Amino acid sequence: MTYIAKPKFHHPGLKKNDLGYTHRDYEGKISTLCAGCGHDSITASIIEACYELSIEPHRVAKISGIGCSSKTPDYFLGNSHGFNSVHGRMPSVLTGANLANRDLIYLGVSGDGDSASIGFGQFAHSIRRGVNMTYIVENNGVYGLTKGQFSATADRGSKSKKGVTNTDNAIDLVAIALQLGATFVARSFSGDKSQLVPLIAAAIRHKGASFIDVISPCIAFNNHAGSTKSFDYVREHNDAVNRLDVLVGRDPIAVDYAPGTVQVVEQHDGSKLALRKIDADYDPHDRLGAQTFLAKHAAKGQIVTGLLYVDPDAEDMHAHLNTVETPLNTLEADTLCPGSSVLDKINASLR
Amino acid sequence: MSDKKPISSVNDFVVRFANVNGSGSASANEMFARAILRHGVPVSPRNIFPSNIQGLPTWYEVRVTEDGHLGARGGVDLMVAMNPQTWDKDVAGIEPGGYLFYDSTKPMPSTKFRDDITVMGVPLTAITNSTYTDPRQRQLFKNIIYLGALSALLDMDPKLIEQLIGEQYKGKEKLLSSNVHALHLGRDWALQNLKCPLGLRIKKSDKVGDRIFIEGNSAAALGAVYGGATVCAWYPITPSSSVAEAFTAHCKKYRHDPKTGQAKYAIVQGEDELASIGIVIGASWNGARAFTATSGPGISLMTEFIGLSYFAEIPAVIMNIQRAGPSTGMPTRTQQCDIIACAYASHGDTKHVLLFPEDPAEAFEFAAAAFDLAERLQTTIFLMLDLDIGMNHRLCRPLKWDDAKQYDRGKVMTAEMLEEGRDFGRYLDVDGDGIPYRTYPGTHPTKGSYFTRGTSRDRYARYSEEGSVYADNMQRLVRKFETAQDLVPRPLQANAERPTKYGVIYFGSTSPAMDEAIGLLEARGHQLDRLRIRAFPFHSSVASFLAEHDFVYVVEQNRDSQLRQLIVNENGIDPVRLVPIVHYDGTPITARYIAKAIGDHQDHLKVTPLRKAVS
Ligand SMILES: Cc1ncc(C[n+]2csc(CCOP(=O)(O)OP(=O)(O)O)c2C)c(N)n1
Ligand code: SF4
Repeated sequence: MTYIAKPKFHHPGLKKNDLGYTHRDYEGKISTLCAGCGHDSITASIIEACYELSIEPHRVAKISGIGCSSKTPDYFLGNSHGFNSVHGRMPSVLTGANLANRDLIYLGVSGDGDSASIGFGQFAHSIRRGVNMTYIVENNGVYGLTKGQFSATADRGSKSKKGVTNTDNAIDLVAIALQLGATFVARSFSGDKSQLVPLIAAAIRHKGASFIDVISPCIAFNNHAGSTKSFDYVREHNDAVNRLDVLVGRDPIAVDYAPGTVQVVEQHDGSKLALRKIDADYDPHDRLGAQTFLAKHAAKGQIVTGLLYVDPDAEDMHAHLNTVETPLNTLEADTLCPGSSVLDKINASLR
Repeated sequence: MSDKKPISSVNDFVVRFANVNGSGSASANEMFARAILRHGVPVSPRNIFPSNIQGLPTWYEVRVTEDGHLGARGGVDLMVAMNPQTWDKDVAGIEPGGYLFYDSTKPMPSTKFRDDITVMGVPLTAITNSTYTDPRQRQLFKNIIYLGALSALLDMDPKLIEQLIGEQYKGKEKLLSSNVHALHLGRDWALQNLKCPLGLRIKKSDKVGDRIFIEGNSAAALGAVYGGATVCAWYPITPSSSVAEAFTAHCKKYRHDPKTGQAKYAIVQGEDELASIGIVIGASWNGARAFTATSGPGISLMTEFIGLSYFAEIPAVIMNIQRAGPSTGMPTRTQQCDIIACAYASHGDTKHVLLFPEDPAEAFEFAAAAFDLAERLQTTIFLMLDLDIGMNHRLCRPLKWDDAKQYDRGKVMTAEMLEEGRDFGRYLDVDGDGIPYRTYPGTHPTKGSYFTRGTSRDRYARYSEEGSVYADNMQRLVRKFETAQDLVPRPLQANAERPTKYGVIYFGSTSPAMDEAIGLLEARGHQLDRLRIRAFPFHSSVASFLAEHDFVYVVEQNRDSQLRQLIVNENGIDPVRLVPIVHYDGTPITARYIAKAIGDHQDHLKVTPLRKAVS
């Protein structure tokens, strides 16, 4: 049996959130990924973000494709439904799920192979449609599960573990997400929990398509010298544009920075994003500016992290489709079926 | 001129219109068919059209049939030849003694005609050009003018056509009167210049009854509305696009909240078929009724997801409007050629439920039923239409709905059931029918959540690659498929007047041609029992039918006799006793074709070998 049950032991002293849940309530099964895999740190950040937001775990639907990264939904929010679909097709499954029940929180977890190669189209179109979701790509530049082939996000000139040089251009998913109209776009690093946790929390609170590209080194196949997705490389080349706090109203966070260096953005659901600026000129409301900024830094070999773009007034796919507030999956024959008298009229019109 | 007696027939002939795509003839031609219906005479029209490009030839064929034969007949009695491009072929297709109607503005030399047909020239272009100046008007009214001329030639009641025009242009007085004017222009010209009526005539009758006239795709879409579908994801492909388009139109009418104007449905045009079926699976996993409509190439793309639906046990409804394959094949020609591809879609051991409606009425019923079946069985249900029923108007019994009907949402464990302490194992066969319980996401804070995956898992949805665990699951899926046998529509049997050793199996759009063929075969002295298969998995009565007959013909519209293969495969029958009768040139199968193929085989069987002739 490959299934490992996690012992259900709650330390009485564990800290509780507003709902009375502890961290343990947001955990899932024990990870079967390689020890030290960046994906596990992302799992930890998701757990932390959901705990901090006091989300009811069972109100989250976590959907993924296939790959090491796509396995991770099994490792967090054990009390929520998960769906490990097929390679690259998480976005369509998530879109359908979201259409069926707009009341749940949708977390899409994918890999760079999953999203930038086989699922590139689905990634693009789910963003384009404004599906209300948090789409996280755990980006390691390689195919982990199939043992180390280059993925489409591997930088040109970077080297594989076997020493092969990648000659193809890289796809920058953040640039694409910006171009496609994502209303929340961020990049982070699995090793930077203090940046990643608030980004995930903010993305969850965002109503619309949120995309977070998380550089997540694969210690088995892509953590060597010559890789541009290794822990060391990312640490050295990381340039954070801002630090983020998510203020959910009830719990004002004392801002300990000089006035003028904090910008507060209010989202649709009332939550506030407090952006503590590091890069003084950075304006996260400027889609075009973000694109240029990214491109300039990429040319210098820098990895820009932080909240790169947000549209606090975003609308989601349900708004575009003008669907009823009641989740579609709860509608029954009495509201859905026009009935026999209408059918009689239809029959009459067809004679 | 004619050396063959002109055909003389009342309410029983075939008219074919040869037009150029984009000339606006479709609505005039359809009005012609409807006008005959208003005379109480059944018609069976068929579109014969190219992939949708302006300027290519299209044909519209109307079989006028007092006896109510709704299959294609073959042959043309009156050709309305409006397309110079196809002139030779069109003229050649007329039955001996038949009629040719053409635009004689530039009269043709008699060498362009056949000696054994009657030719009627009407200077359509000249008449239109002298009446209208606007080029678009000229084009559109020319169609109405020939409709008027035909009404005189076939002795139709112009009032009935005027009525139809009135219904079509209700509230648009100007269009109404100008159309009626054009109709009479043509009619008067024919009455004054041609010998009216022809040997072919329409006489008022009462053979239509309360039947309705509808396309299969539209009926299937309406079935989806009645069946409670709230999510539709699709990608355009001929001949299935009109399903989603009709669903959109029906939903706009019947599915908006009267107070808020908000939609009680969601329709997404996916970026491809992979996304469409993915959306369907995601929505169904989350408890909505969802479907997609596609055709062969779309099915090919969807197969990975169909395997997921089968193995992870997620409901899905796929309407497959079949067209001629393989590959792009003939996109606008009909076939029943995806039987095997759908029955066993995807890699590994899979089996899927297929429904085979014979006409729009069944397309409606089966489409609605498909959602119950999908949720009851938690798997993909294929509604197998084809271009012939999907994109053509067919006379059929009125659509019916029982208002007492509630949707069968299948085995869904609710929060209350979980609270009661019911054991929830997602893949646990609690009732012995192979169907487990599922929970919708978000049901309960601590109970009933599970992980859906396409990888192997145990009865409690825990990932496992244990051989015995995998086999246990696969066996349960077989059990579930057996359960399906009694849930799907049963085959319908009709016996010959006298006991016979011969039977015939057929399905779907072959039905009307088969009904007619039986009469032709009886006239040739052959008696056959009939079994119309309406679903896969096959009900046990299919095996009994095979056991009761020495030879069973399997009539289908594909090259490889796919239904026959499926029967042999699933029932372990000696293939020799199943005689394939196949038709696959992309045109709908006809009664004449079936009767000839079966009749010839029967004649052959009945020849008793002369024993001991040579001693
Ligand atoms: C249709 C299909 N093709 C190929 C595969 C094999 N496959 C499984 S995971 C994977 C790549 C995973 O890479 P990525 O998404 O980057 O995830 P990682 O393992 O690196 O986290 C591939 C190619 C598959 N499962 N399905
Ligand atoms: S192979 Fe790489 S991506 Fe997969 S678990 Fe191991 S470290 Fe993580």
